[in-house]
Amino acid sequence: MIAVLASALSSLFPNIDDWGELGKACIDTLLMLSGSLALTIVLGLPLGILLYLTGKGQLRQMPIFYAALSLLVNILRSIPFIILMIVLMPLTYVLVGTKLGIRGAIPPLVIGAAPFFARLVETALREVEQGVIEASQAMGATTWQIVRHVLLPEARPGLIAGVTVTAIALVGYTAMGGAIGAGGLGDLAYRYGYLSYKSDYMVVTVFLLIVLVQLLQMIGDRVVAHFSRH
Amino acid sequence: MIRFVDVHKSYRVDGKDISALQPFNLDIADGEVFGIIGHSGAGKSTLIRLINLLERPSGGSVLIDEVDLTRLDDRALRDQRRHIGMIFQHFNLLSSQTVAANIAFPLRLAGSHDEEAIASRVAELLERVGLSAHRDKYPSQLSGGQKQRVGIARALANRPSILLCDEATSALDPQTTASVLELLAQINRDLKLTIVLITHEMDVVRRVCDRVAVLDAGRIVEHGSVADVFLHPKHETTRRFVDEALPEEAAGGAALYAHVPGRILRLSFRGEATWSPTLGRVTRETGVDFNILAGRIDRIKDLPYGQLTLAMQGEGTDRALGALRAAGIEVEEMTR
Repeated sequence: MIAVLASALSSLFPNIDDWGELGKACIDTLLMLSGSLALTIVLGLPLGILLYLTGKGQLRQMPIFYAALSLLVNILRSIPFIILMIVLMPLTYVLVGTKLGIRGAIPPLVIGAAPFFARLVETALREVEQGVIEASQAMGATTWQIVRHVLLPEARPGLIAGVTVTAIALVGYTAMGGAIGAGGLGDLAYRYGYLSYKSDYMVVTVFLLIVLVQLLQMIGDRVVAHFSRH
Repeated sequence: MIRFVDVHKSYRVDGKDISALQPFNLDIADGEVFGIIGHSGAGKSTLIRLINLLERPSGGSVLIDEVDLTRLDDRALRDQRRHIGMIFQHFNLLSSQTVAANIAFPLRLAGSHDEEAIASRVAELLERVGLSAHRDKYPSQLSGGQKQRVGIARALANRPSILLCDEATSALDPQTTASVLELLAQINRDLKLTIVLITHEMDVVRRVCDRVAVLDAGRIVEHGSVADVFLHPKHETTRRFVDEALPEEAAGGAALYAHVPGRILRLSFRGEATWSPTLGRVTRETGVDFNILAGRIDRIKDLPYGQLTLAMQGEGTDRALGALRAAGIEVEEMTR
């Protein structure tokens, strides 16, 4: 059975001589994605909360601080990821001791995606009804209690949707990272599919990336639906 | 006792100060139901938010039991707020939490971790507002009236001495409004807490309030017992609010009766006078004749009252007016 499938695949994609390498690339992409997504959330969520709280008319309004933070976020978001990766190489080396591979890819991925995710968090939190926040203040809640017990639970569907969008953006970033030595499916597509004219590689990696994005979207939508039943 | 001393409030908009509330003094006694009525934009939602300092006054002091809230630091103010419950027009419940969790929320905010104590307090509050069967539902599964009951239970969780109602019935239909007002009146009786409510409906004031202040363009134009203000409105704004509650009188006033012979009188009965047959006795004794043009008998909170508009004819009319007044009936003659 497996032999039949393998021979069918190799006759369909004659240029792919090492399926094992393809599998490893898949795993690398998933590792890069999960590692960078986790760190993006850890960094981007507090950043988004800070943006929300210090914004105009919010609980801890601080116009100058907000403007500065907002500018920084915008600057990081305007740099194309591939440039960001090159610019950050020295910093990456200091942080993880290498500029290459999965480890080398994670710092630029996180620094590229965290500001993006922070904006999504800010937007999701703004969707929480002002009245609920006012009610909590009237009950004597501290700002931290409001964040922890009101804003985050009430904005949960929006936050999860933000994680989904960020994860999908990160899939794109990891593929780009492949071009400058990050490994993973992007690397394979670039080296074999583009530089060595083995278009089979291109077809298979693109197909796998599509499957990955579809899966992420589906899981994200499921989780959002679960939490929006009320 | 809630006490406003020389309080005023203005907002800065585009570099200019816009006054929301003109300087005023007001005392609200312990255990009373105090209504603040006004049109939208009159400043009533600003006024009610001064009591828990969700709005800070631009000047003056807000005292609760002689403690000046404007001088408290953040922590002390949060402690004070825990003793002041508040309910809202749009309920403002946590949509991600069940009814029970919503009611437990202020207890948790106050630092209670005793799950057993929380559960029993929640059960007690659910019982009080009649929602025991709905404890595990989410707010979106409830009707408006039920949501407001959850709001009331939540506001009562920390055993406050004051309950603030911000247009609490404005989003509800008349029947639900009546039942929510009944619940508020019952809570006021049972728990002896002070209720301050704002509304734009005179009927809400008439049903539950002991005293009322009328707010017009940031000024308190009239205040006093509901019966006085309701039966003898002085300010134009007050009169319009009362007319909304008594539509038949509003239509044309005295001009409506221009063709009716005799003197047009308006009689107001209050309390026990409403139930005694004074009018019959006086007309028999003075030999006057009368014709009823309009009338109603109703209640202002628990006080029965009646209002009759009469056309009175006969030589004894002046004597009849004296006898009616002597019997405790307020008589106004309508000029035409």
